[in-house]
Amino acid sequence: MPQIIVENLVKHFRVSQRDTGIFGALRGLAHRRYETVKALDGVTFEIGSGELLGYVGPNGAGKSTTVKVMSGILVPDSGRCEILGLVPWKDRSRHVRHLGVVFGQRTQLWWDLPVIESFDLLRDIYRVPRHEYVKNLDEFVAVMGIESCLDTPVRQLSLGQRMRCDLAGALLHSPKLLFLDEPTIGMDAVSKVAFRQFIKRFNRERETTVILTTHDMNDIEAICDRLMIINSGKLLYDGGLDALRQQMSFERSLVVEMTDAGSPKVHPAAQLAMMNGRRVHIRFDPKRISAAALISDFTAHNDVDDLFVEDPPIEEIIARFYEGNGVG
Amino acid sequence: MSVVDSLYVYGRFLTVSVRAQMQYRASFLMQLGGRLIVTAGEFAAILILFDRFGSLLEWNVYQVAFIYGIVNVSFAVADALTTGFDLFGDMVKTGDFDRLLLRPRSTALQLAGQELTLRRISRLTPGIVALIWASTGLDLHWTIPNAALLVASVIGGASLFASLIVFQATLAFWTTETLEMMNTVTYGGVETTQYPINIYRPWFRNFFTFGIPLATVSYFPALAIMGIPDPLGTPIWFQYVAPAIGVGVLVISLQVWRIGVRHYLSTGS
Repeated sequence: MPQIIVENLVKHFRVSQRDTGIFGALRGLAHRRYETVKALDGVTFEIGSGELLGYVGPNGAGKSTTVKVMSGILVPDSGRCEILGLVPWKDRSRHVRHLGVVFGQRTQLWWDLPVIESFDLLRDIYRVPRHEYVKNLDEFVAVMGIESCLDTPVRQLSLGQRMRCDLAGALLHSPKLLFLDEPTIGMDAVSKVAFRQFIKRFNRERETTVILTTHDMNDIEAICDRLMIINSGKLLYDGGLDALRQQMSFERSLVVEMTDAGSPKVHPAAQLAMMNGRRVHIRFDPKRISAAALISDFTAHNDVDDLFVEDPPIEEIIARFYEGNGVG
Repeated sequence: MSVVDSLYVYGRFLTVSVRAQMQYRASFLMQLGGRLIVTAGEFAAILILFDRFGSLLEWNVYQVAFIYGIVNVSFAVADALTTGFDLFGDMVKTGDFDRLLLRPRSTALQLAGQELTLRRISRLTPGIVALIWASTGLDLHWTIPNAALLVASVIGGASLFASLIVFQATLAFWTTETLEMMNTVTYGGVETTQYPINIYRPWFRNFFTFGIPLATVSYFPALAIMGIPDPLGTPIWFQYVAPAIGVGVLVISLQVWRIGVRHYLSTGS
C-alpha cells in the first residue's frame, strides 16, 4: 500500500490580467479580466514509504502546486490525493501532524528568538511527548552540530546554520513525510554537501519519505533514488536517474592522457571532440560503440598514459530532456 | 482537554511574542511612551471640554468618564491581542499564511497568538485611570453583580472589537486592497461610543446598537452599573445581558473566518 496516492490531479488558477499604464490600471478597476491557467493537468503518481524523491521542472510547471495539494493547503479542482489514508485538505490538522516542511526561502522558526525557544514552541504546537522531544533534539544537535546555535536568535545565524536548524525543527515531531522546497538555495558548497548528507541520513534511519523540489540538479544526483519531471502541469518523467540517462541515449566522453602530443587514431564510430596538449576528449554514443570496445581499440592504436570515461552532468541531461520535450 | 491544550499553546505563543519584543527594549519603551502621551492627550481633551461646559446633556463628567473607560479598556485588550489579524493581509501576499496552514492548529488561534503587542496596552492606562476616577467621583458601590457586569462588558467589548478586526482580515481573502473603510468603523466606533450614545441622532445611535453593536458593550451595561435609568428607555435586564452580544458577534466572525480559509484553500491566493 503506497503512502501517497495521487490520481489525475487537475487544478486551474484564475490569474487577473493587469493592463499597463495608468489607463490600464483604471480599466482594471472597472472590470478585471481573468485568464485561466492550468497548473495541474492530470498528474498521477504513487510514492512508497521511505522513498527519497526529487521533483523538478521549470518555474511555473506545477511543482509547488502539487506540493501544496499534498500539504493540504490547496484544494484541487478534481482528482484524488490520499496520504497515509487521509485527504490532506479535508483533514488538514491531522494530516500536517505527520508532515515536516522546509522552505529554503523562508524560515519556519521565530526570527527574533533563540533557536531553542522556537523548538520548545514547536514541541507544544505538535504536542510532541517530552521523551521523544529530548531524544530527537539530542540526536539532531549531535548529528548536525547545532549546539552553538541553540541560544542564538535565528536572525543572527548564517544561512547554512539556519537551514540546519530549520531541518531540525521540521523533524522534531518525527514526521513520516518531509517536503523540502529548494532547501540548498544560496548555500555555500560545504553547507550544501553537509545538508544533503543529513537528509539522506534521516531518510535512511527514520524511513522518512522525502520529496525534494529543487533547481539544483546536484541535489537530485547526490541524494535522490527517483526523479519526477513536470512541465505545464503534466508529468513528463517518473523513474530512476540511471533509466533517464539511458532513455536520453546521450553521448559519453572518453578522456585520454596521451604519452606524446600528436593526432591520435580514433575509431570511426567515435569522434575527436577536443585536444588540449596531451589531453584528448573523444565523444561516443554507447549505442554505436561500447566504452570497452572503444578503449581497447584506442589503446591498440595509440600510446596512452591514463584514461577515464565521463558521463555528461545531470544538468545537461535534464536540459536535453527539456529540449526534447519542448520545455522552455 | 483540547480546549485546555489550545489555551496552553495560545499562552505559549503570547509568552514567546512578549519575549521577542523584549529583544528590542529601547524601541519598545519609546513606543510605549509615545502611545501613553497620545492617549492621555485624548482623555485630557474630554476633561477640558467638560471644564468648559460642565456637562453633556444630562451627563456629568464622571458618568462620561466611566463609559469612556469601559470602551477604551475593551479596545486596548482587543487591539493588543489581534495584531496577527492586522498583519494578515500582508501574510497572504507574501505566502506566510501557508506556514500557519502547515501546522496542526487552527489558523485563528495561531493568528491571535502571533503577537501580543505590548505597546498597544498603553491604551489600558487612561482607560483604567478613567474608570477609577469615575468610580470615586460617582461613589459607585462595587457589589458582586456590578463588578461582574463590568468584567462582562470588558470581555464583551474586547470580543466585539476583536470581531471587527477579524471581519476586516477575512476580507483580505478576497481582495488585496487594504480596507480603510473597516478602520473607519473600528476607530470611529471607539471615538463614538466613548460618549453616551443618547447624545447622537437616532439613526446614528441605532447603527451602533443594532448594526455594529458597540453600545451594547459600553453604554447599556454602564447604565446598569451606575444605577441610572436609560434615557432611551431600555429595561435593566437588557443592560445586563447586552455584553453577551459582543461574544456572540465574535463567534460569528470566527465562522466567517473559516469560510474565508476555505475560499483561500480553493483559490490559493
